[in-house]
Amino acid sequence: MAQTPRSIATTESRPVRWALTTLALLFIALFLLLPLVSVFTEALRKGFGLYFEALKEPDAWSAIKLTLIAALIAVPLNLSFGLAAAWAIAKFDFKGKSILITLIDLPFSVSPVVAGLIYMLMFGTQGWIGPWLNDHDIKIVFAIPGIVLATVFVTVPFVARELIPLMEAQGSEEEQAALSLGASGWQTFYRVTLPNIKWGLLYGVILANARAMGEFGAVSVVSGHIRGQTNTIPLHVEILYNEYNFVGAFACASILALLALVTLGVKSWVEWRTEQLAARDRANAVDG
Amino acid sequence: MAFKQHSVLPGFNLALGYTLLYLSVIVLIPLAALFFKSAQMPLDAFWHTVTDPRLVASYKLTFGASLLAAVINLFGGLLLAWVLVRYPFPGKRFIDAMVDLPFALPTAVAGISLATIYAPNGWVGQLFAPWDIKIAFTRIGVVIALTFVTLPFVVRTVQPVLEDLEKELEEAAASLGATRGQVFRKVILPTLLPALLTGFALAFARAIGEYGSVIFIAGNMPFVSEITPLMIISKLEQYDYVGATSIAIVMLLVSFALLLVINGLQWWSAKRLGRRK
Repeated sequence: MAQTPRSIATTESRPVRWALTTLALLFIALFLLLPLVSVFTEALRKGFGLYFEALKEPDAWSAIKLTLIAALIAVPLNLSFGLAAAWAIAKFDFKGKSILITLIDLPFSVSPVVAGLIYMLMFGTQGWIGPWLNDHDIKIVFAIPGIVLATVFVTVPFVARELIPLMEAQGSEEEQAALSLGASGWQTFYRVTLPNIKWGLLYGVILANARAMGEFGAVSVVSGHIRGQTNTIPLHVEILYNEYNFVGAFACASILALLALVTLGVKSWVEWRTEQLAARDRANAVDG
Repeated sequence: MAFKQHSVLPGFNLALGYTLLYLSVIVLIPLAALFFKSAQMPLDAFWHTVTDPRLVASYKLTFGASLLAAVINLFGGLLLAWVLVRYPFPGKRFIDAMVDLPFALPTAVAGISLATIYAPNGWVGQLFAPWDIKIAFTRIGVVIALTFVTLPFVVRTVQPVLEDLEKELEEAAASLGATRGQVFRKVILPTLLPALLTGFALAFARAIGEYGSVIFIAGNMPFVSEITPLMIISKLEQYDYVGATSIAIVMLLVSFALLLVINGLQWWSAKRLGRRK
């Protein structure tokens, strides 16, 4: 195809484009694809038989169960938080809003290890309310509640930060219309707000879930690493790896890698869906 | 102005009340416990703990490696964003989705995978072994792991700005006789600068606190390849809660300072882009 002078002026020559694209793909291949592929090759190095054997092991099973429990509690909790925070921040004007937004993002700027530590200082034997908990025989750290708390902490911002800009952009005219037609507050929320934000909500939940199931640093501090009891999949991966059981470690890791791939797939699909809807809205706006 | 402006929508008190209660219980009170714990400690004891030579070595490694990883991603991220926005190539949607892999792949999985690839007998490690260059279990390994986990930041901050960049500006510059290189340096780069710096700062901040992906590849040798978050863990393993708290305070102060810088950069970026419209 002959190039017009205009496109020569605003783009690079073909060799430069080709070289930059190749360089970018090499960067992706070396830093992203290679680690991903190696998880599966290492897991299957000794064949499928040993791979499934490693996954059927009771400690691996209990790690999988605990990971699911932690995510099943943490994600809905942060979903409810995200909805409440976004409703307050996006639909109303009040003082201190920007401070509140910064506070919501705080868990992203705290090192996961520090996140675990703060719960040790609260609930550990030397902690603030640790002695009281001890007297009443309640275990939080080195037990499941601690793991759930640490998981909740690291996933606090996901849903909220996805919903706030979305709901701000949508404004509140539709809600006001529903209310003036006699809908109750909850009806308005369920029938008007929720359908409008469902894709953003799904996006936030997917990312929160990936982080919840994969969290390592924060959970590692509060877990106590009791095999078969307080190990999540990432912690179990660490133990197996340190015992030189590489097939077992990578077999468990491959479950998490599959989860990551599913997460990325759903995420791209939601993004594609949102683009389609935006394009349709634009087309409708032109027609109307 | 009153605390809240009038609105016909219901549920403000419930939503804000729940938000504040939730944040307090999960985030604010536990963080306050950390500062409360450290306040019980005399200042010179605190200073003595946080300036321990082994710890200082870990600060240097954590900062140095994080800085290096952020610089690698500054260039790599700009290149990736540029290619993804400007050039058509097969499999683009797949590559675009893959950029987020470090956010989706658990850090421990990345850690053991990178440690295996860059070990002397691994896929990449064996290429360097004949020259006696070790990557895994050295400081280079730390940089590799941090580069992996912070890869998406610069791409994802630069990409939207590049997409919105008006072609007319470049055409105008070119029609006035600017070469392609001049257009890039004098027209495109200044527009991208706030986004580039924001992505750089986000990557750096994330790298400072990173733990899971690093500990497997670092080798964790005292004074050589121990990162600061690992020092907190090792203090905790010795039941030295005061020591662990002191290091955590240092890390938190650095994080908060970076958070301020990032907010400032985002404000600058928004102002810059707003003015152009």
